[in-house]
Amino acid sequence: MNWTWFHKWGSPKWFYEMSGRWLPWLAVAAVLLLAVGLVWGLAYAPPEKYQGNSYRIIYIHVPAAFLAQSCYLMMAIAGAVGLIWKMKLADVALQQAAPIGAWMCFIALVTGAIWGKPTWGTWWIWDARLTSMLILLFLYFGIIALGNAISNRDSAAKACAVLALVGAVNIPIIQKSVEWWNTLHQPATFKITGKASMNAEMWLPLLIMVLGFYCFFGAVLLMRMRLEVLRREARARWVKDEVAGLVKAGSK
Amino acid sequence: MSFASFGEFLAMGNHGPYVWSAYGISLLVLALNVVLPILARRRYLQDEARRLRREEAK
Repeated sequence: MNWTWFHKWGSPKWFYEMSGRWLPWLAVAAVLLLAVGLVWGLAYAPPEKYQGNSYRIIYIHVPAAFLAQSCYLMMAIAGAVGLIWKMKLADVALQQAAPIGAWMCFIALVTGAIWGKPTWGTWWIWDARLTSMLILLFLYFGIIALGNAISNRDSAAKACAVLALVGAVNIPIIQKSVEWWNTLHQPATFKITGKASMNAEMWLPLLIMVLGFYCFFGAVLLMRMRLEVLRREARARWVKDEVAGLVKAGSK
Repeated sequence: MSFASFGEFLAMGNHGPYVWSAYGISLLVLALNVVLPILARRRYLQDEARRLRREEAK
């Protein structure tokens, strides 16, 4: 196998140049997908048989919950890459993804509570799915706090990577919680095998929203990582040139 | 369109407050996630511009 693609990620300069090219496409894709998904989900998808229109919250609740979990998995992988190969960019990705993941977890919990009130009659219950998502939010807080608390960058990177890896145990628990425990939460809408449990008019806009959220995450993550690379590599020649160029362009 | 009128769309079959607050809060959070990094980048470049000017003056 050819590993040059992997070694390229060791170069912050390569990342900065490539991400500059990807960012506009991701941003445009995110805006388009989210706009189409929002209008379709809110206005055109048919009402649900039992829940009426309150089910439309699914179009933000499920994408945010997916992303909150995927983001954590990505951070665990970045943590492993950082620990094994000492790749600097892995720690940048881990640190910059954490706040986005925490916000997505927040959206999933808040929209879930708002959806729960008319559907279950309560904002919150200490149910397996809800509790494991709350633990995920606290894991995000833990990683953010740990990253800020340790002033030595290498030590902070190591500690955060270990926490990200250990906390990844929670992800399969979230996934399986609706099967392992008795819960109010409905089972998965999408399954990799077998038919989706909704009709196409309902899950197509959901799929578009999920893709939109992922593009949104990609765009915001790249934005945050690019700034962090400039900060961390401030002493490199290419960063000095880049910042000088940006400053000049901004002052015109 | 699954609603007969705009009023019905806003009402969401008596679930309006739930649906709209959920969407409102979520969109606000998404906007925040875009605006904060943009502001941070601008602030960083302003700081760098000040530092470069100071270095030139020396």
